[in-house]
Amino acid sequence: MGDWKTVTVPVLSSDSKNIFQYTSEKKMSPPSLNTQVLRLPLPSSKSMHTFFSAFCTEENIEQSISYLNRELTTLGFPSIYAESKGKELNLISVINCMNELLVLQHKNLRAQEEVEMQHLKLGSDMDHLQNCYAKLKEQLELSKREIVGLQERDRQLQSKNRSLHQLLKNEKDEVQKLQNIISSRATQYNHDMKRKEREYNKLKERLHQLVMNKKDKKIAMDVLNYVGRADGKRGAWRTDKTEARNEEEMYKALLNDYEQRQKQLLMENAELKKVLQQMKKEIISLLPPQKQKPKERSEDGPVLSDLEEDTGELNKENMWELSCETVREQLTNSIRKQWRMLKNHVEKLDNQVSRVHSGALNDKDVISREDHELETEKLELEIQQCKEMIKTQQQLLQQQLMSPCDDDTTLLLQDCYLLEERERLQEEWRLFREQKKNFEKERRNFTEAAIRLGLERKAFEEDRGAWLKQQFLSMTTDYKHSENMTTASAFLGSSDQDNRLMNSTSQQRKPHCTLSIPIPAEPCQTSQCISHNSSDAASKKPAGDKKPNQWEESDKEETE
Amino acid sequence: MNFSELFKLSGLLGKFSPDGKRLASCVQYRLVIRDVNTLQILQLYTCLDQIQYIEWSSDSLFILCAMYKRGIVQVWSLEQPDWHCKIDEGSAGLVASCWSPDGRHILNTTEFHLRITVWSLCTKSVSYIKYPKACQQGIAFTKDGRYMALAERRDCKDFISLFVCSDWQLLRHFDTETQDLFGIEWAPNGCVLAVWDTCLEYKILLYSLDGRLLSTYRAYEWSLGIKSIAWSPSSQFLAIGSYDEKVRILNHVTWKKITEFEHPATITNPKTIVYKEVEKSPSVDAERLSFPPRALASSLFSTQSKYDISQVPVSLQYVKPIADRANPKIGIGMLAFSTDNCFLATRNDNIPNAVWIWDIQKLKLFVVLEQLCAIQSFQWDPRQPRLAICTGNSKVYLWSPAGCVSVQVPMEGDFQILSLCWHSSGDSVALLSKDNFCVCYLEREEVK
Repeated sequence: MGDWKTVTVPVLSSDSKNIFQYTSEKKMSPPSLNTQVLRLPLPSSKSMHTFFSAFCTEENIEQSISYLNRELTTLGFPSIYAESKGKELNLISVINCMNELLVLQHKNLRAQEEVEMQHLKLGSDMDHLQNCYAKLKEQLELSKREIVGLQERDRQLQSKNRSLHQLLKNEKDEVQKLQNIISSRATQYNHDMKRKEREYNKLKERLHQLVMNKKDKKIAMDVLNYVGRADGKRGAWRTDKTEARNEEEMYKALLNDYEQRQKQLLMENAELKKVLQQMKKEIISLLPPQKQKPKERSEDGPVLSDLEEDTGELNKENMWELSCETVREQLTNSIRKQWRMLKNHVEKLDNQVSRVHSGALNDKDVISREDHELETEKLELEIQQCKEMIKTQQQLLQQQLMSPCDDDTTLLLQDCYLLEERERLQEEWRLFREQKKNFEKERRNFTEAAIRLGLERKAFEEDRGAWLKQQFLSMTTDYKHSENMTTASAFLGSSDQDNRLMNSTSQQRKPHCTLSIPIPAEPCQTSQCISHNSSDAASKKPAGDKKPNQWEESDKEETE
Repeated sequence: MNFSELFKLSGLLGKFSPDGKRLASCVQYRLVIRDVNTLQILQLYTCLDQIQYIEWSSDSLFILCAMYKRGIVQVWSLEQPDWHCKIDEGSAGLVASCWSPDGRHILNTTEFHLRITVWSLCTKSVSYIKYPKACQQGIAFTKDGRYMALAERRDCKDFISLFVCSDWQLLRHFDTETQDLFGIEWAPNGCVLAVWDTCLEYKILLYSLDGRLLSTYRAYEWSLGIKSIAWSPSSQFLAIGSYDEKVRILNHVTWKKITEFEHPATITNPKTIVYKEVEKSPSVDAERLSFPPRALASSLFSTQSKYDISQVPVSLQYVKPIADRANPKIGIGMLAFSTDNCFLATRNDNIPNAVWIWDIQKLKLFVVLEQLCAIQSFQWDPRQPRLAICTGNSKVYLWSPAGCVSVQVPMEGDFQILSLCWHSSGDSVALLSKDNFCVCYLEREEVK
């Protein structure tokens, strides 16, 4: 931009001294041909004035005009002369030329402005780019440095890794070596131990010999007396028979143990099989009736149908007992298959549920909430009705049982109840009869006792009568010896009485024979005697009473 | 719950008779027989030396007292106090002594395990069994007392001999594939014998009664192996506790592992109940225990304690064992099934304060009891699922599925319970300490 062309103005005339050079606006021109140089790159208006006046003077008007015309025509303007060779100026063309020149000047100025603007812009762009370039260069430097650093670290880590690997290998080698050392030492120790043990055994043998040889009298057992065997049996000799028996017993013990274990295992097995069967049934019941089944069947053809038949057979109860491999495998396989189907089914349901939650409803598979609720209500109503029915039926049944009815079934029922009752009654009758027997026995005993008592009393009455008679007689005959007599007779009498009592007792033993009724009326005569006798009777009665009491008790004991 | 007074004891030798009527205890060289209900002294026997071991015969008519230092075994009769029997092993020495199941033979193991002498109380016969194995559990009797299994070792190989106890006839003799047999145990049904190897090898072998090898089980190699085993009372399960802090359960049908029980130091499962024993401050009057015991006279110097339910996750006190020593205190050292086969109680030796109770029906951890001191011993009630625990202080702890309770024994002075022993009816427990013992009578309505 700084290269400006300097237009050297050609010499107009050799005569003119005012030859000048047209210089640029901005720069000083290079040394001119003429000495007279017009200066000032930016001519001010004044200088412009002088400038303008300097070009054309009054003397060189024609020359300057022709020069201008030449210039203009070379520039493409029309000539300013009126005619082609005239000296008169065409004013219009001059004005047009001037206008054109002005326009040109404006255009040039504008172009210049634009160029300057662009120049400025380009300058700023350049600055910007230079800055960017500088920054990028810096960044590049930085990243290069970083890369170098990272590479360095990577190298270090790799070397570390290698060293660690090396260490690991060394450790492993060491471990292996140590293990080898251990094993070799172990064998060495074993060998040494064995050697020492042999030596020790030899010492033991020697010691044993010494101990046995010494025949130490002290080694003995001193026992007061020998004790019997724990089980009371005598010791037996050891023979082949006993050996065989021992072996047998040992094998029996072992077999028992094995049998027990096998039983337990069989039981466990049976239970587990039952559980598996139940599971299978439940799984089958859980699975929905799939419409795709027949399709599958047709596809797989005979294989599946065979399996189905087999599974059907498996469901029979007697198959549980078999424990052969194939049956077991079939059972487990069928369960696995059905479990898989159930799993798929559950997964499908899960998907459906998730779809429902997300909002996509499938009319066929999903029941709407209201329908579901309606159904549950219906079901609940049904349940209620059924319950009520059951209750009423129970009530009716009870009523029927309570009241007599003409129905056959109720009769039968009644018969059953009657049978029960009858049996109960029979039982009670038996008891009653037993009790009756017991009571009769007791009654008989009582009557016997009463009879005996009666007999005793009669005997006693007789005695009393006799004694009274004696008394009376003794009283009437011997009055003097009455006391002695009475005492003696009392003793005697008593002894006699005793004798008579003895007799009466002996008589009592034969209840049937003695029935000679003594004088019952006599005892009422003497009050003493009565009191005496009554006291005796009283003393007797408890004795007499005791006996039936005793019998009662004994009877009671018997019945108990 | 009632406690009897303290009686003297030595050597933790206090045992109930199998018929449940008598209690035998030792004081130095004297043997004291008491009645179980009244604890009155019924009989007193004097032995020749300090008694190291006592055992009742199976019919409760005889009791043997073994004095290892003198090599003498004395047998006393309860029916006839005048009867005496003395077995002198003399220079052969005595290391162990036990009854045979019929209660009429005594098996003495001589020093250095030279031989086992079978002395008969019925006849004058003596039998010798050579080459018995010097291990922890070398003799095992079946529960019905018919057969005896004996571990032997000849020419650096292990053998098992099966004898018929009625006439001591050798039934079977077979070798085992063990390096160094550690123990043998019969299943309660008497048909399977479990044989396990030393702790350097995790190996357990199961033999049938007729000597056939039924199965072998190895869980892992190289690490320390089996520490303890227990059969379930129905012979259905075999629990194996090992040094890797796990219990493995084998089932009796396939003899394969059905589950593993781990014993981590932190319990995270929210379904596990963790009871933690906490000290109660003595000033608190209201005893807030889960099942408050009857009013006990508490002594001034001992503090009460109660159980609190800790919220899961709980981290238990973990004791790191010393790595250099042999027989480290790590792994499952104690293992016991309850008599109704529903629970299994275990103790992990590096968490010595906790008892782990597993539910066998669900095969899961049920309860953890965390105590303040290390567990000394625990034992299940022979009648019901009730566990009694002692930790070396003067309290006895009872757990049942309904809850757990901590009971202070109302004694003057120090009474540190080291061991306990249930009565066969489950009504009373004998609590043994170094110098004394007492009997605790439980009432039926109490802790159910």
